[in-house]
Amino acid sequence: MLKILKYSFYDLMRSRWSYVYFAFYLLLGIVLLFLNNDLSKAVITLMNVIIVLVPLIGTIFGVMYYYNNKEFTELLLAQPLKRSSIFMGQYLGVALSLSMSLILGLGIPFVFYGLFQSSAIWDFSLLIITGTFLTLIFTALAFNIALSNENKIKGFGYAILLWLFLAVIYDGLFLMTLIMFEDYPLDKLSLIGTMLNPIDLSRTLILLKLDISALLGYTGAVFKQFFGTNVGLIVSFVMLSVWVVLPVSRIIYKSKKKDF
Amino acid sequence: MVTIQNLHKKFGKNQVLSGVDLSISEGGIFAVLGPNGSGKTTLIKAILGMVIPNKGDITVLGENIKKNPEYRHKIDYLPQIANFPSNLKVKELIKMIKDLRKPTSEDQRLIDLFKLDPFLDKKLGNLSGGTKQKVNLVLTFMFNSPLIILDEPTTGLDPISLIRLKDLIKAEKAKGKTILITSHIMSFVEEISDEIVFILEGKIYFKGSISELKTKTQQPDFEHAIASILTDNHA
Repeated sequence: MLKILKYSFYDLMRSRWSYVYFAFYLLLGIVLLFLNNDLSKAVITLMNVIIVLVPLIGTIFGVMYYYNNKEFTELLLAQPLKRSSIFMGQYLGVALSLSMSLILGLGIPFVFYGLFQSSAIWDFSLLIITGTFLTLIFTALAFNIALSNENKIKGFGYAILLWLFLAVIYDGLFLMTLIMFEDYPLDKLSLIGTMLNPIDLSRTLILLKLDISALLGYTGAVFKQFFGTNVGLIVSFVMLSVWVVLPVSRIIYKSKKKDF
Repeated sequence: MVTIQNLHKKFGKNQVLSGVDLSISEGGIFAVLGPNGSGKTTLIKAILGMVIPNKGDITVLGENIKKNPEYRHKIDYLPQIANFPSNLKVKELIKMIKDLRKPTSEDQRLIDLFKLDPFLDKKLGNLSGGTKQKVNLVLTFMFNSPLIILDEPTTGLDPISLIRLKDLIKAEKAKGKTILITSHIMSFVEEISDEIVFILEGKIYFKGSISELKTKTQQPDFEHAIASILTDNHA
């Protein structure tokens, strides 16, 4: 698996798109720091960008990589290699190279700005960690979609729909349910609802860490009580890990049964 | 060498293989023929473990192929469509496949044979179809495995490379290897193969030498013999 990982990683590291992605974050980091002149505010703005962009790029890159490398995967399948190691290697290659673009692209300007002397370092680390989690999650979901759909166009369509659902539609539905049932106590429900969507979970996690939950009123207080504590933090990371593990195990399961 | 028993494969509602029984003895060149969509590639991919059969058993060199990828060390496979990661250079791809399988020094001889030297530093995305196929051939033949499977090996090759390929295949046969070939070029098949396996509607319709096929169909030449099977069966 490590060999496949190595080659997928090198292959992607040399692709133009990895650099574009990296350069985008680099530019974003630099611009935000110089416009804002404030690390904490830059972290909030970055969060808004990352929460939406990382899943989108992860999904698209994952689906694209799978379909583009289809014939090559077939060549690998004819070699004495385990199926699971071929697909895990490719998945990790994509996910790690994307994560690296994110970490380096944002990390470099922040380090030069003086991140290590600042109190924002924990907020920033949290941002990077959730960003990496989101990359792992959405690349895995993308591989799942690509494995289940022979048709490229369909695969792309489902991938975009999935992203749209989790990034936008889910929130809308969630909000509507909250409004419809506003006469009932909803703090438990909204907590669970947040947990079930990795994008929402990441957003809430960062927002509450940044201590602006006072803006959220009573629900904010409930959320703060939960996410603000160590237990909440641990539960959230466990949830994010589950979001990685489930799609990854489906990749392994599915790849063993698939015909090429 | 290869034994296939009662192999069934369905893709959705499309029954591709329905009870294939085939045993391929050691040594010699076997051509797998059949009309488009008859299941040639599916059969080959089942031997390679790329297609998972619904029913049936396959053994390669005495080993059942289920759940053990190690038997593929003994197979060299040439896929039908050669499409490699476009960012890699030819040299790097060869190195990578060697790294994934086992070290070999055969590659240089094959590179010389197909005159690939000027392309070694080029990226695979910039190569023509024929050159890609030559790279594909180098990757296939460099490991010296006892079983060689070639899916449409002639695709995109110029006449001189085709001659070199034929010589190469004959040389491998002389070493006592077993070679499975699918092709639609009948003159190529007739020239090179010892035995024909004809697949029709997911079953083995005929297995034997070319002269046996001619006698069976009462046709004077090979091409017409194949054509007569197809017209008789409305395929």
